[in-house]
Amino acid sequence: MPILAEIRFALRAALWFVFLTFPIMVIKADPIGQTVIWRWRNAVWVGACSFFVCLALRLWKNYRAKHPALGPSNDGGSFIHRILDHSGQRRAFLGILLAAAILFPFFASSYQTNIMITALIYVVLGLGLNIVVGMAGLLDLGFVAFYAIGAYTYALLHLHFGLGFWQSLPLGACLAALGGICLGFPVLRLRGDYLAIVTLGFGEIIRLALENWGEFSQGPSGIANIPRPGFFGMTLSLDQSILFLYFIMIVFVIATIFVVNRLRDSRIGRAWIALREDEIACQAMGIDKQKTKLAAFALGAFWAGGMGVVFAAKTTFINPASFTFLESVIILSIVVLGGMGSIVGVVCGALILVLLPEYLRALSEYRMLAFGAILVLMMIFRPQGLIPTIKSRYPLENLTDDRP
Amino acid sequence: MRLFHYALAAFLLLTAQPPLFAADTIKIGVAGAHSGDLASYGLPSLNAVKIVIDKTNAQGGVNGKQIELLAEDDACKPEMATNAATKLLSEGARLVIGHVCSGATKAALPIYKNAGVVVISPSATSPELTHSGEYPNFFRAIAPDDTQARIDVDFAINGLGAKNIAVIHDKGDYGKGFAEFAKKFIEDSGKAKVALFEGVTPGAVDYSAIVQKIKQSRADAVMFGGYHPEASKIVGMMKRKKLQAAFISDDGVKDMTFIKVAGKNAEGVYASGPKDTTNNPLSIQAFAEHRAMYQSDAGAFYENAYAAALAVVNALKATNGATDLPGLRQALRTEQVDTPLGTISFNAEGDAVGVGFSIFQVRNGQFVEVKQ
Amino acid sequence: MEYFLELICGGLTRGAIYALIALGYTMVYGIIGLINFAHGEIYMIGAFTAFIIATALTIYGFPLAAVVIVAGLAAAVWAAAYGYTVERIAYRPLRGAPRLSPLISAIGMSFFLQNYVLLAQTADFVPFPALIPDFDFLEPYSHIIGASDLVILATTAVVMVTLTCVIRYTTIGKAMRATAQDSAMALLLGINVNRVISITFIIGSALAAIGGLLVASHIGQINFYIGFLAGIKAFAAAVLGGIGSIPGAVLGGMLLGLTESFGTGYISSDYEDVFAFSLLVLILIFKPAGLLGKATVEKV
Repeated sequence: MPILAEIRFALRAALWFVFLTFPIMVIKADPIGQTVIWRWRNAVWVGACSFFVCLALRLWKNYRAKHPALGPSNDGGSFIHRILDHSGQRRAFLGILLAAAILFPFFASSYQTNIMITALIYVVLGLGLNIVVGMAGLLDLGFVAFYAIGAYTYALLHLHFGLGFWQSLPLGACLAALGGICLGFPVLRLRGDYLAIVTLGFGEIIRLALENWGEFSQGPSGIANIPRPGFFGMTLSLDQSILFLYFIMIVFVIATIFVVNRLRDSRIGRAWIALREDEIACQAMGIDKQKTKLAAFALGAFWAGGMGVVFAAKTTFINPASFTFLESVIILSIVVLGGMGSIVGVVCGALILVLLPEYLRALSEYRMLAFGAILVLMMIFRPQGLIPTIKSRYPLENLTDDRP
Repeated sequence: MRLFHYALAAFLLLTAQPPLFAADTIKIGVAGAHSGDLASYGLPSLNAVKIVIDKTNAQGGVNGKQIELLAEDDACKPEMATNAATKLLSEGARLVIGHVCSGATKAALPIYKNAGVVVISPSATSPELTHSGEYPNFFRAIAPDDTQARIDVDFAINGLGAKNIAVIHDKGDYGKGFAEFAKKFIEDSGKAKVALFEGVTPGAVDYSAIVQKIKQSRADAVMFGGYHPEASKIVGMMKRKKLQAAFISDDGVKDMTFIKVAGKNAEGVYASGPKDTTNNPLSIQAFAEHRAMYQSDAGAFYENAYAAALAVVNALKATNGATDLPGLRQALRTEQVDTPLGTISFNAEGDAVGVGFSIFQVRNGQFVEVKQ
Repeated sequence: MEYFLELICGGLTRGAIYALIALGYTMVYGIIGLINFAHGEIYMIGAFTAFIIATALTIYGFPLAAVVIVAGLAAAVWAAAYGYTVERIAYRPLRGAPRLSPLISAIGMSFFLQNYVLLAQTADFVPFPALIPDFDFLEPYSHIIGASDLVILATTAVVMVTLTCVIRYTTIGKAMRATAQDSAMALLLGINVNRVISITFIIGSALAAIGGLLVASHIGQINFYIGFLAGIKAFAAAVLGGIGSIPGAVLGGMLLGLTESFGTGYISSDYEDVFAFSLLVLILIFKPAGLLGKATVEKV
């Protein structure tokens, strides 16, 4: 009787969870009022919920084991990939997508458009980090530092020299790229998780410097009144400038996807992937490891810097609290959730991770709990990401042996 | 490419028309932290505005028009505040009570200024919001941080006779702003000097180093800008290290939670906070209304938001329901309103006149107003 | 001179706290090469369990000694249970998945546990009962070193020595080292690798809980968010000392604590964290595997 065994298993799991959550869910001790409240109902809830969830999971697992055809297909996201592989379908698909993107703000309120701008900013940030983490395999936990450099470049240049959005945009991006090289140099020798903690430290150092060096950055009170981009000298109303920013972001996203796509197939892109797969073999092939790594850091940071400028222009106010470690974590989650190295995946990941909390507002206080749970579940059921990258194949067809 | 520009310009022009408003209601937006870890600062304001608006509507509204409330959450984050502001405007809000945090307010204000919408914050205390003169549409029903810092410094120098004051802050917007003003006022007074000016990291596992440093500086008073969790940790560490200096802080510390958490270490601590209003009949009434409607005690900034809402309704009555910026501004400046905070009006910068701070000391587990 | 001594004591206490948490990081990393981001949360849950049990027992009128022992045991037991469960749910299904997937899973777990405590208990800071009594013999020196500082230092020393012995001389210790070196080979030799990993998580989590209890008692208050900053600092300490090395974690913690303490004392506490991270970056530039970590040569 396999079903009985499953029930026994689920019962045991339920008991374990009741025990596990006992102090925190059941007892509420108030040291001030000197009262202890025993919330036994919570224990019953935990027990019942974990029993049914566990049972359902086990039964589903059994069912899938018996019907392997239904198992997870390893050419994951194949639907989108199949469309993208076929050039005619791809053109139609991209055309519809573009049309939808262009028409979106005319049907949605400016609030929706505003959220979409945020989501698009994260798409570009994700694509930038994707170069560093996804392609070159360098785990960067301080990516937000470059975002901050871009944002503060625009804010400070505007404050002191009155520079506009379009002048600041390339400057912010280039300064961030320079920052990427500065970070890259000392960490060239480090590998894996040592690299992670140093980049984390770098991100924190930048944020703390912005917070404490008040003469330079105005400290925690931030910089206000950063102008939105003007449209050929016209001053725009709020709704118009949101619309304009939205189209700027659409252009940005398209440009980024184009460049990143070309980069991936270029000489340096191949070098990054080789570096990710095997550093030693890569060196043995004659690839300059230092130059390749620095290029990855600089190019990743470049996009983050550009987006920092856009972010500053969008919110018109920045302070160091917007550039915490949590932000780096969210960008990294976008990359991993979408599928490392996969451009389509990162785009989807960014849209999901930014729009999900926004629309999860109905859950109010359970929002972050759900967010954490979703991250874990996603990883358990799809560790390779939503739409994993597929390795390019070069079929050996029509090879004729014309050796003499 | 030129065609594209023309098309874009055409689109922009198409969307330039002002949003249409239903003429029968006046929409008032309420923005603040309604979720997340700072919700306890934002929700009381929302409740206060609801109560005032319900009361006004029951009495027939303003000039025959009913008032409609639109609530929007900004979680006290600048980037979400701009989203909340655009959403409120796109839904047709003509007046906004909010935002709750200074950073969020700074981010959202240019958007409201652009749209010519009056904003009254119950709790944003950053001085530059009013003193910079950049936001003619901004008002607040709370005193700015510099007023508070001045009262604290006066009390430390004249009331306690402190000669050597250590100024500590929590590196946050609010705490550091307060501390910088305190430092400036101490230096300007010429009667005392700043022994130390430093920030502590909120959430650090140990504060002994900074307390040792205060001790080393031989300060006879410690002035702290920040919130109660750090304050209670520092006070506890000071007791443990046998440091006798007086501890003076701001209204982020004048919170019952501080006394609950710090326990007997809290005894003797000074904190400035809004004037005691427990004898004001309007305040008693406001709290009773909250109790009747929500079956719980009102939280932080409840009275301030209540006062802001009363001021807004009063100004609307004065303009016969018109919501244009110059008219409302004029009405807010000239009309005296009776509120739970006392009788208030607004000065040319937008700060409330008649809202003040006093100094409290913890005695036997209660904040007691110190009469100077 | 006294000021110098005070700063040393403060720095050592701080360092010992970091070290206790860092031990868990280092053990887990050594065995499965995962940065367990949820470790800071386990520390927080340990502290919260101790808070709940200790407060309840105090209210019911138990003597202090009983409260300390029961709360300490409960904290260790439940934190270990959480560590074990987190590993089973969030990490075990991901063995063999791409390298960064468990990391994201850990980050998700960390969000989840934080918000779980926030919702089930409270968002406010709560006062933690003073579980460490004042020692009379320390009274003349109490401005330099307090009872809680002494207890924290002693605990860290005892834990480090015990742990080193366990890993060096016991069967399970040998199994741990074998798994860390080559888990496939260990499996072939009949070691139950899953069990070894579970035990590692249990030990690491129990240590974090003890750290949580001591810190909470030292600082006097806790909330759901205390695990985040402590976790990052402890992780930095573990890497500084050479991740995977037990004495390294303690050395790294102490060094980090002393740097912060002296940085605050002689320069400015504004840049406290900057000192800590700068030290980390500097040391890693010159010794890329950390202070006591072995520089491994990668075999092809």
